[in-house]
Amino acid sequence: MSMKLSTVFKMLAVAGVTSFAAASFAGEVEVLHWWTSGGEAKSVAELKKMLQAKGHTWKDFAVAGGGGDNAMTVLKSRVVSGNPPAAAQIKGPAIQEWAAEGGVADITAVAKANNWDKVLPPVVANQMKYKGKYVAAPVNVHRVNWVWINKAALDKVGGKAPANWDEFFKLADKFKAAGIVPVAHGGQDWQDFTTFEAVVLGVGGAKFYNQALVKLDQTALKSPTMLKSLETFKKIHSYTDKGAPGRDWNLATAMVIQGKAGMQIMGDWAKGEFQAAGKKAGADFVCAATPGSANAYTYNVDSFVMFQQKNPANAKAQADLAAAILSPEFQQVFNLNKGSIPVRTDAKMDAFDDCAKQSNKDFLATAKNGGLQPSIAHGMAVSPAAAGAIKDAVSNFWNTDSMTAQQAQQQIAQAALTK
Amino acid sequence: MATQKQSVSQKRFDEWLPKLVVAPSFILSLIFIYGFIIWNGYLSFSASRMLPNYEWVGIVQYQSLWDNDRWWVALKNLGIFGGLFIGVGTVLGLFLAILLDQKIRAEGALRSIYLYPMALSFIVTGTAWKWILNPSFGLEHLMQSWGFTNFTFDWLVNSDKAIYTVVIAGVWQSSGFVMALFLAGLRGIDDSIIKAAQVDGASLPRIYWRIIIPSLRPVFFSTIMILAHLAIKSFDLVMALTNRGPGYSTDMPASFMYTMAFERGQLGVGAASSTMMLAMLAAIVVPYLYSELRGYKKNG
Repeated sequence: MSMKLSTVFKMLAVAGVTSFAAASFAGEVEVLHWWTSGGEAKSVAELKKMLQAKGHTWKDFAVAGGGGDNAMTVLKSRVVSGNPPAAAQIKGPAIQEWAAEGGVADITAVAKANNWDKVLPPVVANQMKYKGKYVAAPVNVHRVNWVWINKAALDKVGGKAPANWDEFFKLADKFKAAGIVPVAHGGQDWQDFTTFEAVVLGVGGAKFYNQALVKLDQTALKSPTMLKSLETFKKIHSYTDKGAPGRDWNLATAMVIQGKAGMQIMGDWAKGEFQAAGKKAGADFVCAATPGSANAYTYNVDSFVMFQQKNPANAKAQADLAAAILSPEFQQVFNLNKGSIPVRTDAKMDAFDDCAKQSNKDFLATAKNGGLQPSIAHGMAVSPAAAGAIKDAVSNFWNTDSMTAQQAQQQIAQAALTK
Repeated sequence: MATQKQSVSQKRFDEWLPKLVVAPSFILSLIFIYGFIIWNGYLSFSASRMLPNYEWVGIVQYQSLWDNDRWWVALKNLGIFGGLFIGVGTVLGLFLAILLDQKIRAEGALRSIYLYPMALSFIVTGTAWKWILNPSFGLEHLMQSWGFTNFTFDWLVNSDKAIYTVVIAGVWQSSGFVMALFLAGLRGIDDSIIKAAQVDGASLPRIYWRIIIPSLRPVFFSTIMILAHLAIKSFDLVMALTNRGPGYSTDMPASFMYTMAFERGQLGVGAASSTMMLAMLAAIVVPYLYSELRGYKKNG
């Protein structure tokens, strides 16, 4: 009897879905994101177009404000009130935290149909899953361990892109002698943290980085390698200018663009600033992996977490959204606008510039050799609570001249215990 | 008989009307102030991380709050900022008020000029002072380009001194308002007392010191109350001027709470810190209300 009932229900449900489908997929997707700046907004418009082509309605839910803290606050209130959007821009371990709170949608069926397990690097695919089920769709890959150098300044002092930290400081000395600010830096905690992460990766290598900043292994955090990283990190401080504290990252990039500063350590979103200023990769500026990290790659992958939808038509629209995000066409158009690279390992890179091609090449290579690592400074490696506590310790060390590397090491190891 | 009945119901209505009028705002503040205080208090004893979670964990959140280095920095900064902001603001405001009280010309215009900063939001103040104090294009740069090459003023970017730049901007903003309060108080003092003192041959500074300032006691009280609560909840000024930096050296309890609750997914610690802030405010407000109400009863 009960079996019969359930089959009846199933049939009814199928009939319902198909009748909705027949009614031209009148689904609606509401997408929470904070891509509001020029290139980003253009990228989102592409996604909107693709969904409208499938007959769905796109409801934009953009919350402005840099790192998305505002957006997260709005999202929390929506989820608590039982009215989450179809998809929200959430990345890294925060995906797992949201999934643990419940209410996320299982999109494994879409993933299976589109072969996500094959086209995504395993480290990225794992972050999109909760208990083995896909709950999020990745959009792009940003490489974080880049150093951007003004080509004219580099030629003027007769240098080349530094391959290790010794060469980095030698080049910095040359810039200093030429009256150029050696390192353009924005003294905000996340920028300090981005620099720190690059130094750890360069000094210790990808394996050490993983032990120390992804697994938060106490032995690695208290090791001499970490001490050496901290000393190197602090040394960079003396090559920045006095106006750095509080400066936004794009203003620091502008200093490199204008030749006031020699180089900047920053993720590949900096490239967008160079392009907006009409500069060409190779001719006007040089992009190189941060010293010592040519065989490693710290990534920052943006992704959309899907939330359960009550209305089956909306659920269908949501599935279409997930499929569209990873479609080769969207990956290409979106990332050309955004300055990042496609997350698909089979993406064609012909239309991209040299820096993006380099990034893609390294992305594929490091995905195979274990050098592909999540960026801790951009919320990809550990929980927001632990990452925040370590960020505090790192930034405190950067800004306090009386603090020794040993003290900083103690603080960081302590901060890593934050649950 | 009928008229008597009517007058009874009329009386009842007259009794109920004030309560009825007050009820909506009473209920609203009961829910949205005291209700949320209780909710926040409960959250501070819960295992909340990213979203509210009602699992009771005892004082764990308070322990991790007091273990947090950053919370201590925030408290120390509140001490420095609160003390200087209230102290300097009050003294400077009183000084300006006394100067303005000397029956000078164009007093109205001067008063508006002093008072005007209060009309600005702390965000505007913070942003403007951020530019003024920035060593690479602000005051230091200006003085050096004028030839004073030894001039340095880099407090904003110095993690030991940055909190004092917050004091400067805060005092700049509020001293005009304090001046207006004191000026009103000064105008309320009976002229005949001052005239009597003058007849006795007291000098002007002496009259101010011994007679006028002591009689301004109630104004001092309200000034300190207002400045103290501005200091404890100060958030916008710090966010705009230093954004808690360099590092977290200018963090305040309010910005600490924001960071923990909304950026780090540590709602429980954030709730614990805001409970502590409430306790601090209560420590100031309750004795004040007590003394005020006692005085009221005595007079009434």
